[in-house]
Amino acid sequence: MATAAAQQTASTQTYGAAGAVGDTTAYQRVFDAAVAADERIEPRDWMPDAYRATLVRQIAQHAHSEIIGMQPEANWITRAPSLRRKAILMAKVQDEAGHGLYLYSAAETLGTGRDELLDKLHSGRQKYSSIFNYPTLTWADVGAIGWLVDGAAITNQVPLCRCSYGPYARAMVRICKEESFHQRQGYELLLALSKGTPEQHAMAQDAVDRWWWPSLMMFGPPDDESAHSAQSMAWKIKRHSNDELRQRFVDICVPQAESLGLTLPDPELRWNEERGHHDFGPIDWTEFKEVLKGNGPCNEQRITQRRRAHDEGAWVREAAAAHAAKHSADRHTADRHTADKHTAAKHTGETGAARA
Amino acid sequence: MTAPETAAGTAAPRSTPVPAAAALALGDDALVLSHRLGEWAGHAPVLEEEVALANIALDLLGQARVLLSMAGDEDELAYLREERAFRNLQLVEQPNGDFAHTIVRQLFFSTYQHLLHTELAAGDGPFAPLAAKTVKEVAYHRDHAEQWTLRLGDGTEESHARMRRACAALWRFSGEMFQPVEGVDVDEERLEAAWLASVEDVLRRATLSVPEGPRSGAWAAGAGRQGLHTESFGRMLAEMQHLHRSHPGASW
Repeated sequence: MATAAAQQTASTQTYGAAGAVGDTTAYQRVFDAAVAADERIEPRDWMPDAYRATLVRQIAQHAHSEIIGMQPEANWITRAPSLRRKAILMAKVQDEAGHGLYLYSAAETLGTGRDELLDKLHSGRQKYSSIFNYPTLTWADVGAIGWLVDGAAITNQVPLCRCSYGPYARAMVRICKEESFHQRQGYELLLALSKGTPEQHAMAQDAVDRWWWPSLMMFGPPDDESAHSAQSMAWKIKRHSNDELRQRFVDICVPQAESLGLTLPDPELRWNEERGHHDFGPIDWTEFKEVLKGNGPCNEQRITQRRRAHDEGAWVREAAAAHAAKHSADRHTADRHTADKHTAAKHTGETGAARA
Repeated sequence: MTAPETAAGTAAPRSTPVPAAAALALGDDALVLSHRLGEWAGHAPVLEEEVALANIALDLLGQARVLLSMAGDEDELAYLREERAFRNLQLVEQPNGDFAHTIVRQLFFSTYQHLLHTELAAGDGPFAPLAAKTVKEVAYHRDHAEQWTLRLGDGTEESHARMRRACAALWRFSGEMFQPVEGVDVDEERLEAAWLASVEDVLRRATLSVPEGPRSGAWAAGAGRQGLHTESFGRMLAEMQHLHRSHPGASW
């Protein structure tokens, strides 16, 4: 947001808080123009409070999903059936922690903090993706998550690479690259099972049967029931509607399922020549709502494990903070000695300037 | 995955002798410790440690795969041997315990592994090419363990006490790292002296003292290398091997 950003930053600095009330309309105009021109909004730019709040909510929940999403897959790290698969799975779960870190950083550019966001996750005030409340019951679930869940996530997230908020869009570029890799690995895992022994094939089919509908629910409620959609699209946080993305995902998955030699558990699924899309059966929105309300198969388990990891790790974080405090004092003392000896006057001057 | 050997780890010498016993011992160390670190996924005290512990686990798994492949088929060796055929140190099979136990185990092992791989990389034995690569990874593992030892030892009263308990609990497993392993050409005495000097220095800087008591009891001395393990190890293997064993002959 090159020129508009510069103007806004300049005017904020010139007029400060005193001019804020009168200038809001002007700021709003510059913001609207930037969004209309597909420019990126950056952390120091003025933005409407509701835009900021929506982004904090969305980015935080995205970050939480990465962190909670480690659990269903980590469930199989210690039981992975070959060393190669174990290495792939470990790398994936590690990537997810990394994605969580990027996203918390992106959220922090909006004036919140990771601790605060984690606290909201742990107390249930912020949500994570409903998909991670389903259990991983067999090894094939690891493949189904890669293929379907990561596939749905990518379909959702690729348009976010063009999201109007710069830090979020840039985080998504990095994340999508890694997610596509995971998705291919998941597909390849399922393919190995599908072409393996009859027991392995059955395991793969069972996993796809259990993960298909929850994956379709990842796109959120139907367009006519989606509370935030219209505003998010106007702000160019969102680029496509829930139903549009869901349709795109179904169209991508059908031929992939065929080449996997697996079926999708929907008797109404068929190609519609007229629409140029696949028709598919109705989604069980009651189940979706129950899972969102906390009544899914693993809601309790996921959040309990997350809280326990956090609580049991408290002494470690306190120790790290205490150590850093002791030793930053050491370093400060050492710096001062050095400064006193060599460039006392200059050092004081610089400190004064930095403070002002 | 290189040679069709039996899973027992008792391969006969070949024309270009790969020291299978040594590859198994070092490979099992890496495999088992990697598995233990993998158990942390989703349970770490801070997100950065989710990344770090998984990263170390992956490095170790990579080493294990190369080493086991030098001795036979990596998956056969990992999944189809029973407890008594594993040659890893008892130290690496110890349960994770709290974060302090995990860090002390890492400090003891990664210091040993770094010194060992540095020596192996400098030599011209069969492990030199591998060690030349792994020594960089292992240096990172050692630094990670040392930094956490300093933070926790010289952190709060509680973290200090937990580190003291962890050091005391794991100390008796530290002697077996310096039992000779057939086919690993290093001077164990020199390695042990360097290890002691390094660990003592880190512990001292962390305001911790070196534990008293034996570093290898009569039972523990070199026992893991002979396939004599501690009780939790069998359970760990049961979990690790269950799926693979349930589908004989399947590929994944």
